[in-house]
Amino acid sequence: MPSLKDLRNRIASVTATQKITKAMQMVAAAKLRRAQEAAEAARPYAERMDKVLARLGRWIDDGQGASPLLVGTGSDKTHLLVIASAERGLCGGFNGNIARLARQQARKLLSEGKTVKILCVGRKARDVLRRDLGSHIIDHIDLRGVRQVAFVNADEIASRLLELFEAGEFDVCTLFFSRFQSVLTQEPTMLQLIPARLPESGGGDNAESGPRAVYEYEPDEDEILTELLPLNIATQIFRGLLENAASEQGARMTAMDSATRNAGDMIDKLTLLYNRSRQAQITKELIEIVSGAEAL
Amino acid sequence: MADPYTFELVSPERLLISEDVESVVVPGSEGDFQVMANHAPVLATLRPGLLDVVLPGGKERRIFVRDGFAEAGPDSLTILARQAIDAADLDKKALAQEVKDAQEDVADAKDDAARDKAQEKLDSLKLIQETLGL
Repeated sequence: MPSLKDLRNRIASVTATQKITKAMQMVAAAKLRRAQEAAEAARPYAERMDKVLARLGRWIDDGQGASPLLVGTGSDKTHLLVIASAERGLCGGFNGNIARLARQQARKLLSEGKTVKILCVGRKARDVLRRDLGSHIIDHIDLRGVRQVAFVNADEIASRLLELFEAGEFDVCTLFFSRFQSVLTQEPTMLQLIPARLPESGGGDNAESGPRAVYEYEPDEDEILTELLPLNIATQIFRGLLENAASEQGARMTAMDSATRNAGDMIDKLTLLYNRSRQAQITKELIEIVSGAEAL
Repeated sequence: MADPYTFELVSPERLLISEDVESVVVPGSEGDFQVMANHAPVLATLRPGLLDVVLPGGKERRIFVRDGFAEAGPDSLTILARQAIDAADLDKKALAQEVKDAQEDVADAKDDAARDKAQEKLDSLKLIQETLGL
């Protein structure tokens, strides 16, 4: 039976924890809004990029002399997994979910006899994967000092990837990140970056404008495509990072919300216990006094 | 008076401009071209340079763009640029840094094709420096 003083101390410490989780939840909510706005603002660029690539992709479907970024190197022996995670913990299952998906994929590839290389973006995925897949991690990109993901960050990662690709370090590159669906749900997702999957130019595209105008290309289609593909990779990574940032804040908000609620429940229970034992003690003292008086 | 049409300038971070304009001079990688309403559909890549935008009423705006492409249609012009800065906000130091980077790129280029490309970039950056008198 804990003494009254112990109970008082515990209540005080849980209250302090609750204050912290509450504050973290509110900070996450504010950051989430900002991250969502950033993701929203980046959408037009990505959409237009998709549209143009879809149009260009129609010309290049025979794969003749097309860029290896588009058709691949012709083999799929070496896979590079780019795993984007958060820099900080305390965000529920966010990092764990991404790491789990990446681990599954890595195991699958390894059992198929492929070589797996891992590039971590963000500290947490590396921490989680270091134990069992540590030997596959080739590099790590730190975004800890980055407050708001900017295109430059994505660009850096993209040029790193392109360097590795040109050096023949890998054949297929997949990006792992968490897609933001709502504050409550974030879905870990993998997205193949190299060879690039060109967005489908669905039927809706044609229907909207009737017979499509014939575009003039300057320089020609191939050259534009070679210029656009690296840019597209950066754009995809950027989109992934933004979604990831929003997901992280969403996950943290939910996690901190339930932590605050848990702390509240705990305070209630402890307070009840505290009051009970206080009353029990008073009763005990009274009985002692009364029986002492009776004995006289 | 030229007819106005919709002009959109998009950078990866956000939609920068979306408004009606009379004409835009686009620094294409194969040469500058001016886009007015009812332009033939063109898709072109950009070199670093200045967009000269003429708003209805004759007001002008200059925007520095880098790496990207322009898509012109009969009633719209969309420019996707990796970087876009209003020329008024462009500061001398940043531009000088860009020039320095480009010079390094030229020096670092591994083959002739890459060197040509880097040199082209450097030249257009220098040209901007001159035009803006920085």
